[in-house]
Amino acid sequence: MTARAEAVRAAGGEGTAPAAHAASGPPGGVGIYTQKLGMWVFLASEVMFFTALIGSYIILRWGAGNPWPDTRAVLNIPTTAVNTFILICSSVSMVKAYAAAVRDDQKHLKRWLLTTVVGGAIFVGVQVREYIKLVHHGFLPSSGLFGATFYTMTGFHGFHVTCGVISMAWVTIRAFRGKYKGGNYHGIETIGLYWHFVDLVWIILFTIVYLV
Amino acid sequence: MERAMTAAPAGPEAAEHKAPNYVAVWAALAVLTMVELAVVYMGLPRHVMILALVFLALWKAMLVALYFMHLRFEPKRLLYVVLAPLPLALILVIAVMHGFRK
Repeated sequence: MTARAEAVRAAGGEGTAPAAHAASGPPGGVGIYTQKLGMWVFLASEVMFFTALIGSYIILRWGAGNPWPDTRAVLNIPTTAVNTFILICSSVSMVKAYAAAVRDDQKHLKRWLLTTVVGGAIFVGVQVREYIKLVHHGFLPSSGLFGATFYTMTGFHGFHVTCGVISMAWVTIRAFRGKYKGGNYHGIETIGLYWHFVDLVWIILFTIVYLV
Repeated sequence: MERAMTAAPAGPEAAEHKAPNYVAVWAALAVLTMVELAVVYMGLPRHVMILALVFLALWKAMLVALYFMHLRFEPKRLLYVVLAPLPLALILVIAVMHGFRK
């Protein structure tokens, strides 16, 4: 018997530790399971990606002395504030789904995952609606530096949220098929990290693009 | 068998710590968002407003990273992976900003 199979058996036999942990692979080089470490390394590269966008915005707006319109007159702050709150709520439901997966509570896992998918979809829907309204008011990506940077940053963020919603829908389908039974929470934790990161980026973007 | 058990540190590593009070973090995020809106519509001097907003945004981001992404409960070696891009990000912004100076 290999050490890994023994570990699986030991974890299952103990009856305390969720049995499926060891089944999803040995821990990575730093003692963190591979999917999670991989997600964190990916998120580190995402930090650089969004820094490039946000950094460019800061430099173009404050560092280069360009004239800038009153963002609060162009954008709809109250609607976006509510939308921000919806995204934060979906982050909470995600973490609730993770907690349910850890304690092998399948009913709540499915319920919270569904809530998260719906929350994310509402966020994307409201953003698309805002885009349509802005375009009707003549605010386009070609409307000066603010138009260009606004659509680039919120567009890339919206793309991330959309990817998150699609991935999460897939994870939810898997949850309904019972793929995360027996305390097998690794998949939930990994997609959750991505989802919270997208939420975190929006918190920064909302402040720096809409409010300031 | 004993050897196998010690060789499986991937066990309940995430479940070991007590789950934080997620609802309290959620409430804090909601309140901080409302404070942000209040700061915007209060008519403070512009630089005070910007400073307050950046502070509040970083506070919210920290709450998400520490509790929702449970960085607070992770081993130090994962923190190094997470924090590695931050100095690089700073260098990137400073370098580009330097290029814009006339």
